[in-house]
Amino acid sequence: MNLKGKDLVSIRDLSKEEIFYILKKADEMIPYAKGEKKTNILKGKILATLFFEPSTRTKLSFETAMYRLGGDVIGFSEPSMTSIKKGETLADTVRMVDSYSDIIVIRHSLEGAARLAAEFAEAPVINAGDGAGRHPTQCLLDLFTILKEKGRIEGLKIALVGDLKYGRTVHSLAHALALFGAELIFVSPETLKMPKEIVRDCQDLGAEPKSLTNLEKAIKDVDVIYVTRIQKERFPDPTEYNRVVGSYKIDMSLLKHAKEDAIVMHPLPRVNEIDPEVDGTKHALYFKQAFYGVPVRMALLSSLLGVDIK
Amino acid sequence: MKKKELKIPLIKDGTVIDHITAGQAVKVLHILGIPEKTLNSIVSVVMNVRSKIGKKDIVKVENRELKPEEVNKIALIAPKATINIIRDYEVVKKYKVDLPEEIVGIVRCPNPNCISNTREPIESRFRVISKDPIRIKCCYCEREPDNIADNII
Repeated sequence: MNLKGKDLVSIRDLSKEEIFYILKKADEMIPYAKGEKKTNILKGKILATLFFEPSTRTKLSFETAMYRLGGDVIGFSEPSMTSIKKGETLADTVRMVDSYSDIIVIRHSLEGAARLAAEFAEAPVINAGDGAGRHPTQCLLDLFTILKEKGRIEGLKIALVGDLKYGRTVHSLAHALALFGAELIFVSPETLKMPKEIVRDCQDLGAEPKSLTNLEKAIKDVDVIYVTRIQKERFPDPTEYNRVVGSYKIDMSLLKHAKEDAIVMHPLPRVNEIDPEVDGTKHALYFKQAFYGVPVRMALLSSLLGVDIK
Repeated sequence: MKKKELKIPLIKDGTVIDHITAGQAVKVLHILGIPEKTLNSIVSVVMNVRSKIGKKDIVKVENRELKPEEVNKIALIAPKATINIIRDYEVVKKYKVDLPEEIVGIVRCPNPNCISNTREPIESRFRVISKDPIRIKCCYCEREPDNIADNII
């Protein structure tokens, strides 16, 4: 399979076979991601990271992935220090960065920004989150985590919980899970329900997602509980935020209702959606999930640059 | 018959767009960029004409033969429209509009947070994902407008 030169803006840009290919490569990358084995397959290649919005895990894991593969990184995470502040368009910024680098990672507050970047850049563009839109690399590492833990996705019962309206990770993930044949349950307050486009998209793929508001009922026989943060920064109205924040909390008393081998995932950062008492239990997968971001992004960078690990 | 002719005068040469969804004729003209500033074609618009299948609008453009690729985009708001090419009072070609795969620069994305609504050097672009019922998806933010007619640029 050849993914050289491809962009990854939406998880829809990848077929099921291409997703499996990347995840299989990610598995091979684990010892390199841990530093147990060394490689220089991306020596001489430059990754540009354009972070117009804050990021911890995504930015650091992309940088780690590039360094672990022997490549170099340029970029910014403070757009106020760049020409954007002077009114430069994103298209111009991208054209310029394209001439400095071999591959571009972008995070932006506007939906569709990464698609625009992909149109103006020759180099492959990876979307690291666009507003409330999509986050396909998070989706890949979420799928990787589920596959590593459960060995399959098809037929699993998976609850996506929290802010399903503004949460970009769940938008990408719902599509991918439907594509892989999982049974979906969407759990959110009425005001933060999954956008109808995403629900329809899942239905087009043959899924029949259930929509619930009661978390206790929803998690009874699920295999995966995927929790998201209620994102204050996406709310146009702070009173709406205050009304729904803290609607759902995963703690030990709630997990009594869950299956013994149910896993709890979270794209992080968490605020108070998951009680720290859950961290030490076998249910907690979120920190392992965050680590998997490195091998998955190593697999993606090397695939899009057309270089294979020997 | 005579009365009908008075209401909708026959044209010698040009294009008749028939079976336009009632009330959409003005938007159809807007999408087609008609009347063109550089041409002096006479354009007639008739709205709410009674027909066998209910009310419809009709547009007649004189001395201008519209090509299918020019007209197909009106299927967005007038999916049942037909195009009649007239030469010397005779219909010489007749075809139904067929929505193209992509709609560029005609519909505004209803998502205020979409990059296509900023001053970036791009045009709005939608992919047609279903023709019946019509569903279009923004190529940038992947949203689907509920009401396409209300979002015509």
